[in-house]
Amino acid sequence: MSARHRPAEQPALVVEHISKFFHLPQPPLWKRLLGARVELPAPGELPVISEGEKAPVAAVDHVSFTIERGEIFGVLGPNGSGKSTLIRLISTLLTADRGCARIFGIDIRADEMAAKQLISRVSVDAAFFKKLSPMENLLYGARLYGVTGSEAKIKAYEILGRLGLKRATYTEPMEEMSRGMQQKVAIARAFLTSPILLLLDEPTTGLDPRSKREVRAFIEELRDSHDATILITTHDMEEADLLCDRVSVIHEGRLVATDTPAALKRSIATNGEQPTLEDVFMRLTGEKLVDRDATEAPGT
Amino acid sequence: MQNKLRGIASLRLELLQSYGFMARNWHLTKRYWGWEVVWFFYSLTSGLSVVFIAQGAEALTGSAPGFDVQYLTMYLIIGTLVWRYLSNIFMLTSEVIAWERWEGTIEYTLMAPVQRWVHLVGQTGYSLVYSLITTLAIGIAMALFFELDLADANLLGAGAVILAGSLSLIAIGIVASILPLLYPERGAQMTNVVEAAFLLISGVYYPITVLPEWMQAIAVISPVTFVLDGTRAAVLEGAGLAELWQYILPLLILGVLALPIGLRLFRAAENYAKRTGRLKRVG
Repeated sequence: MSARHRPAEQPALVVEHISKFFHLPQPPLWKRLLGARVELPAPGELPVISEGEKAPVAAVDHVSFTIERGEIFGVLGPNGSGKSTLIRLISTLLTADRGCARIFGIDIRADEMAAKQLISRVSVDAAFFKKLSPMENLLYGARLYGVTGSEAKIKAYEILGRLGLKRATYTEPMEEMSRGMQQKVAIARAFLTSPILLLLDEPTTGLDPRSKREVRAFIEELRDSHDATILITTHDMEEADLLCDRVSVIHEGRLVATDTPAALKRSIATNGEQPTLEDVFMRLTGEKLVDRDATEAPGT
Repeated sequence: MQNKLRGIASLRLELLQSYGFMARNWHLTKRYWGWEVVWFFYSLTSGLSVVFIAQGAEALTGSAPGFDVQYLTMYLIIGTLVWRYLSNIFMLTSEVIAWERWEGTIEYTLMAPVQRWVHLVGQTGYSLVYSLITTLAIGIAMALFFELDLADANLLGAGAVILAGSLSLIAIGIVASILPLLYPERGAQMTNVVEAAFLLISGVYYPITVLPEWMQAIAVISPVTFVLDGTRAAVLEGAGLAELWQYILPLLILGVLALPIGLRLFRAAENYAKRTGRLKRVG
């Protein structure tokens, strides 16, 4: 199947029973050499370990969901809940221990290269060559996705301009830019490659209110004008409420609810109260939003 | 016809992607120009320090040396320049992952739709050009200090030996680049140990016959030894292509065998890193 082939009947992303564990007890080496595999735990369960062993972590535990084409789908969860691991699994940076993910019908493990051509990711850390300028970083990224330098330059000027970056900054080293500006360049880099599925891992964290609004508008435009599908993880409940068609709440690696923001709010409304998405989150996770500075597993 | 068009489109994409890595590295070299200047002077002064040993032999021993000072000078200059070239290739190739870790871009680069061999072609292509230019610059600067007698030198032959040896060093560099993939915090330092071992055993500044026997046994399979012996034969003795073939052929065989093995090992290490979550940015 061609990488850019998107049959209308295929959902943009199907995630089925995907799981990722860390620090599971390993069989002895001789058994592994004879083909013995690590025993994977059942949903919601973790093996008992002996003293001195690292505690196993179910970073993502039997997660399933489907995102339709053109949808903006939010994944909400506290720190260490598995949001970033989920994004890494879908973006092929981590191999799932169980389950699978398909992007427009393409299995990310069976045809990794084709799947990679369809996705782009913006992570919470703006990952750049800090000494290079935004333009140099964007040209590098664009070429990896098959966009020529001249084509990329034209698009980069347009996107950076619309994200509110001053022209003088285009050729200055990234290390001289604020974190918010770096994050805007990261978003520009993702847009530059015209992804069909955009994975946004807390893309507006650290941005000022104006920048947040600009980025949100750009995300919506990308969906509306470029037919992109967007999976976004965020701590910002207001952002999720405004942007997302549907949201899932993830807690300790497991999805605990999936629905439209309005339906989720309705589900906990009592006595005529108007609960917010934050109230839903509190109810479902039993925690405050960012008070859990969890010890993160290698992939979280 | 359709297959042919698809093949051309695929080749165009792969060339563009390889060029992307080369252009990125060129931009990095420009941005770190201060470091390049420092590295140039460091390489030049350390090379000169070694070559002046030949010039100082008489002063050191207190008597006229019983050997040809000019020959020893050329011997050491060849060792210095060939080592600078090969170690640069090794270093730049082995740092393909280390750079990404330092900059925090490893996840971005490795999730891009780029075949790993295309990625490595870009990195090694740049390392070849960079190493050639910087070594030539150091060679020209050294020529200002010493009288070089190249009258009988077979420079084309020397170039052929060095080029054949580059393949092996690229392959070894690819294998060494696995270390920063598997050991996010210490992998880059481990590659320095590999480089130091090659410097010790390969006869860069002395014939390998002065080494303990067990080291000589390792030295004779080091591609750096073959490159140095071949280059010295071409430059110092004016050996022709027929004579140089004994150095070129093993180097080509080693390179052609080692490159696919290196690539395969790299892929296996990348899969392991993906399974165990080691691609996460560190360092």
